[in-house]
Amino acid sequence: MEKILQVNDLHISFDIHAGEVQAVRGVTFDLYKGETLAIVGESGSGKSVTSKALMRLLPTPPSRIKQGEILFEGKDLTKLTDKEMQEIRGKKISMIFQDPMTSLNPTMTIGKQIMEAILKHQNLSKDEARKRAIELLQLVGIKNAELRMKQYPHQFSGGMRQRVVIAIALACNPKILIADEPTTALDVTIQAQILELMKDLQKKLGMSIIFITHDLGVVANMADRVAVMYAGKIVEMGTVDEIFYNPKHPYTWGLLASMPSLDHKDTELYSIPGSPPDLLNPPKGDAFAPRNPYALKIDYELEPPMFQVSDTHYAATWLLHELAPKVEPPAIVRERMKQFADIVARKGGKPRG
Amino acid sequence: MAKQKLLEVKNLKQYFPAGRGEVVKAVDGVTFDIYKGETFGLVGESGCGKSTTGRTIIRLYDATDGEVLFNGVSVHGKKSKKELKELNRKMQMIFQDPYASLNPRMTVADIIAEGIDIHGLAKTKEERMQRVYELLETVGLNREHASRYPHEFSGGQRQRIGIARALAVEPEFIIADEPISALDVSIQAQVVNLLKRLQREKGLTYLFIAHDLSMVKYISDRIGVMYFGKMVELAESEELYRNPIHPYTKALLSAIPLPDPETERTRKRIVYDPAQHGYKDGEELEFREITPGHFVLCSEEEYKRYRAMYA
Repeated sequence: MEKILQVNDLHISFDIHAGEVQAVRGVTFDLYKGETLAIVGESGSGKSVTSKALMRLLPTPPSRIKQGEILFEGKDLTKLTDKEMQEIRGKKISMIFQDPMTSLNPTMTIGKQIMEAILKHQNLSKDEARKRAIELLQLVGIKNAELRMKQYPHQFSGGMRQRVVIAIALACNPKILIADEPTTALDVTIQAQILELMKDLQKKLGMSIIFITHDLGVVANMADRVAVMYAGKIVEMGTVDEIFYNPKHPYTWGLLASMPSLDHKDTELYSIPGSPPDLLNPPKGDAFAPRNPYALKIDYELEPPMFQVSDTHYAATWLLHELAPKVEPPAIVRERMKQFADIVARKGGKPRG
Repeated sequence: MAKQKLLEVKNLKQYFPAGRGEVVKAVDGVTFDIYKGETFGLVGESGCGKSTTGRTIIRLYDATDGEVLFNGVSVHGKKSKKELKELNRKMQMIFQDPYASLNPRMTVADIIAEGIDIHGLAKTKEERMQRVYELLETVGLNREHASRYPHEFSGGQRQRIGIARALAVEPEFIIADEPISALDVSIQAQVVNLLKRLQREKGLTYLFIAHDLSMVKYISDRIGVMYFGKMVELAESEELYRNPIHPYTKALLSAIPLPDPETERTRKRIVYDPAQHGYKDGEELEFREITPGHFVLCSEEEYKRYRAMYA
């Protein structure tokens, strides 16, 4: 598969009066053509900062890219001038945000806002742009597109507004669409519609999607591959089946186990104790160690490297080291692991990992 | 064991004027009971009236019509100061937004003890602080936190402070309005476990309002589904998930993504269209019992059909 984007060892810090907040601490991943990569993690794990850095949307100062590169179409995005970046932002890579209420301009008609994106990046006349805008509205499933063009955001419901935002993002046929919690503010039935729409558009247009969310249900629904972030790092990365049915990192175990499954009721929910670390002073060793019931002594001393589980599956935990003791994941995770062999077999492969 | 009704909601209506003589029927004739010691889940999409129902029950709004009985006594209507105070002590609320629901200019101790002061539950300063320390420990914080201000805490910790504040006056009944929606997954489980533990230890009754259906199922004994100001279905939580009857409930359940890629690949989403009922003009919709304890809002004709299918 063709790599469309490569992020190598990205470090991003924010300089605030109290010191340096190390929001992203060495993130590396590839994005393939036409795939959906989900980035999951809690608030403060660095998932939004990473994605905003791809678009250069972080204000500098206080933010700065300390180290690392973002390779897209043979160019390192971190090295481009602001002017060059404008040619990429919104055209080759575009983004949709969580809140469809604030990402549209309340004083401009919907039509004007979509046309603005088209006119900025494409050499079209106003009439052509208007035609294209109407096409886009129809593409994202808005009926009476011509009438709707003349309306203002307040005349649209939340789900409809998110469709408009998607239409703007797709105005220039981007190679990459970054979706930062695009359905978190929506009701479940509307969320289901928007997710279906995104999958449908991806099939039609062939773009790659980076989907940022904390909802594991949405991840299971959308993703081809998943990156789990914790305290500014990717701690586990793999195909969606590998992450949900054969997770290796104790943090991923904790996330999966703390969601109530359909048939568990009287037992207490598994919960990850404590709260995420302060990235002003990231702890020595593995940042997850203080909350990790499986932590080994070495976790407090030395950060674990990425261990390879399969061609597509990596996890940063010392438990994968050959000298590490064998541990039992939480019961819910063991249940999931039982399914893994079946799923792999059904897909005609050997069970891996 | 005969279940004892703690709260009875009878044909509750809450209308808001929308200008130009129009009204918004936020809650439009909702009837249900909550038994002592149980958790009643209220689910539905934004704007369906679930929060308004909760707020009307606790008298944050004056009901337009209908009745709410708490321990057999009406919540609404004219009350003496003493009666009102007693009611306010027995019913408490936990809010969704742990940032907006704590006064940023008060210390945690004062926030938690405000109810204790109002109701005169502590005789001396020492006793008051002792209560605050106990409460902090009950919710998994420690006594050093008492002198701090809300901004020094994370979302999960703030929600614990909100819970401690609600517990301070030793209530019987707690309305939790989306108490975990604003929290991260790993913190949600902590708060839900805390709520469940407190229920066991103190025999609390909860009205748990949420839109996250998997958590609601986990925490609730019975669940009511609301749609456009009406309750369309009510059943024990297992039963509701296994045998949803009302088409809206089916649509709602089919829309929740589960953390399971295998089931997600084969998901069939059901779409609800209110017109699909084909109700005729003047047809009486009533909340009818299809199987024991399982109620659905339906017409006479639908009732017969549902009975034939499910009973």
